[in-house]
Amino acid sequence: MNFNSLKKNLKKDFSPKRHFKLAILGDTATQFLSTAIAGYAVEEEIKIEIYEAPYNQIELQFKNPSSDLHAFNPDYILIFEAESKLRDDFYKTAPLERNSFSETKIEIIKDYANAAKEIGATLLYLNFCEINDGVYGNYAAQYPNSFLFQCRQLNLELGKLASTITGFYIIDLLNLQNTYGINFIKDKQLLIQADMYFTLDFLPIVAKNIIDVIKVRLGDLKKCLILDLDNTTWGGIIGDDGINNIQIGGLGIGKAYSKLQYWAKELKNRGIILCVASKNTEHIALEPFQSHQEMILKEDDISVFMANWDNKATNIQKIQEILNIGFDSMVFIDDNPFEREMVKQNLPKVTVPDLPENPVDYLDYINSLNLFEAANITQLDTKRTEQYKEEAKRVKAKTYFDDEETFLESLNMACHAELINSFSLPRIAQLSLRSNQFNLRTVRFDEEILAKFNSNENHHVISFSLKDKYGDYGLIAALFLEKREQELFINNWIMSCRVLKRGMEKFTLNYLIDFAKTIQCNQIIGEYLPTPKNLLVQDHYKDLGFNDIGNGLWALAIDTYQTFKVQIQTII
Amino acid sequence: MKTQAEIIEELNEIFTEVIDEGEVSLTAETTANDVDGWDSLNHIQIIYSVEKKYGFKFTLPEIQNLNNVGDLINLIIEKSK
Repeated sequence: MNFNSLKKNLKKDFSPKRHFKLAILGDTATQFLSTAIAGYAVEEEIKIEIYEAPYNQIELQFKNPSSDLHAFNPDYILIFEAESKLRDDFYKTAPLERNSFSETKIEIIKDYANAAKEIGATLLYLNFCEINDGVYGNYAAQYPNSFLFQCRQLNLELGKLASTITGFYIIDLLNLQNTYGINFIKDKQLLIQADMYFTLDFLPIVAKNIIDVIKVRLGDLKKCLILDLDNTTWGGIIGDDGINNIQIGGLGIGKAYSKLQYWAKELKNRGIILCVASKNTEHIALEPFQSHQEMILKEDDISVFMANWDNKATNIQKIQEILNIGFDSMVFIDDNPFEREMVKQNLPKVTVPDLPENPVDYLDYINSLNLFEAANITQLDTKRTEQYKEEAKRVKAKTYFDDEETFLESLNMACHAELINSFSLPRIAQLSLRSNQFNLRTVRFDEEILAKFNSNENHHVISFSLKDKYGDYGLIAALFLEKREQELFINNWIMSCRVLKRGMEKFTLNYLIDFAKTIQCNQIIGEYLPTPKNLLVQDHYKDLGFNDIGNGLWALAIDTYQTFKVQIQTII
Repeated sequence: MKTQAEIIEELNEIFTEVIDEGEVSLTAETTANDVDGWDSLNHIQIIYSVEKKYGFKFTLPEIQNLNNVGDLINLIIEKSK
C-alpha cells in the first residue's frame, strides 16, 4: 500500500460500512497525513469526513468556543505534535525549568483532553519519537535536564495520563520508531521544505495504526485466534514424527514455535479465544497438549479443538458456529499456502496472514500486522469455555456443503506417475520410511530392497508426483505391487498427508487399474493392517469400492471398474 | 545512458500517475504553471517518485534550482552518471 494508491482511494466510489468525523490538529503541516488516513479508511470501507485545522493552531482551536473545530463537532480529534517542534520548545525553555519540561507539557496535553471531552470527541494523540539531540551523548539518558530524558519522561507520563482519562488514546508512534527506524519515519528534507514530518513511505503505516485504534473503538476487533498444528504450532508432523520428535522447546528449531505458543498464551490470558484447526487424527493431535512437557499451550487453553480430515474452511465454519462470533473477528494462522488459499476463497472475512517461509519470522510478521488491537481488557470466563465444549459436540457432527469440485478444479493440479527409476528410488524410500498415517500396511522399503524389486518382474513400484498452482509438492505417493498370477496384490499404498482430500487416492486407483490391465491382471487385492497411527485409512479400500473378502483383505474386479472422475491432469 | 526523449516519456508516466487527472505530456520548457494539478503537494510526490524511479536522492538546493522540466531532465542525466 503506497501513498499514491491511498490518495487515489479518495476518488473511489464505495458504499461505506461506517462513517465518522475526524479533526486533525498538528504543529507541522498535516495535508499528507490527512490524505493517508482518509485513503486508508477507504480500504476498510470507512468514510471519514476530515477537518484539518490550519497549521499550528492546536491551543487556539481548543480554547476558542467559536472555532472551526467546535463547529465541526468531530467524533475523533487527532493531535500530532512532532518531536522536532518539542525540541524547539525545549531549547526555548530556561535552563532551570528544563527538568520540569515534561510536567509542564503534560499539563497542556491534559487541557487538550479536557477540551476534547467538552466537545464530546475521543482524543487520539501520537506520542513522541525519541531522538538524542547529541548535546550530552549517552549521558543524556541519565541527565534529567537533557532533551532526551524529558522526552522519554513525557512519553511515560502520556501513557499514565491516558490510562486515567476515558476517551483518550495513544497512537504509539514510538513503537513504530522502534520497528521501522527514525530514518524511515522522518523526512528531514520535507521538514525543511514543507514543514511536513513523515516520509511518504511511512504515511500508510501511521495511517493504518490510527485507523486500527479507531476501528477497535467502533467494535471492529479480533476475538479469536485459530492455529494450525503441524509446522505452525510445533515443528514437524505429529502423526508421522510422533510426540517425542515434534520440534518444540529444546528440540531442533523448537524455540521458534515456543515463542509463538507463549505469545498465543498471552493473548488467551488477555481474553482472545484460542482454537485449533488441524488435519490430523484427533487423539494424536491432542497428545502433545496433554503430555508433552515442553508444550506451553495446554488442552485447557484451547476453546474449540478441531482435528480431523475435513477441509479447513468447513472446520473454521464450525468454530464460528460454536463461538457465535463474526468471521471478521477471526484470525487463522497456517504455514501451508494451500490451506490458507482455501480458507481465503471460501471465508473471505477471516483474516489469514501469509506467513513467511521461515518459522523464525512468523511472530514478527504477525505482529507487524497489528491484528490484536485492544480497546479495553476483558477476561475470558472459564464457564464460557465449558459451554463451547458442549456446543462443539453438537456442531462437530454436522457437514456443510462446499463446492469442493469447483474448488479442486481451480487448483490446476497435475500429476506425474512413473515406474521406479534411479531418480525416484531414494525419494520413494524416504516416503516409505517417514509416512505413518496414510500407510495401509506399514511395511517399510529401504533403498536396498527397492533396488532388488527393480529387477524382479513380479514386483512393481509406481510413484506419483503432484503440483498445483501454488507449487510443486514433489513425490507424494507410491504403490508397491506384487503380481500373483492373475491377481495384483497391493503390498503397500502410501501417501503424504499434505495432499489429502484432493482426489489423489482416486487418481492413483485409476492409474493402478490401467497399469494392472497392461500386465494382464483381472483383480486387485488390498489389505489394511491397523497400527495406532494409521486409523486415517481404515476405510480406505471400502471408500474406493473394494469388496470385503474377509481376513482384512479387499478385492476389486478390473473389468467392471468405473473410472473415478478427478480434477487432476496427467503429465506424461 | 538514457536520452532526453526517454526520460520525458518516463516523466510523463510519473506526472500522469501522481496528478491523476488525465494524460500529461511534458516538454523541456514545461513549467508548473503549464500543467493543471502540478501544485506544491503534487510536486513533492513527483520528486519522490522520480527519486524512487532513478534510485537517487535530490538535495534541497538541487530541488530549489529547478525551473522547468528541462532542468529536471538535465539533473537526472547529471546524477545518473
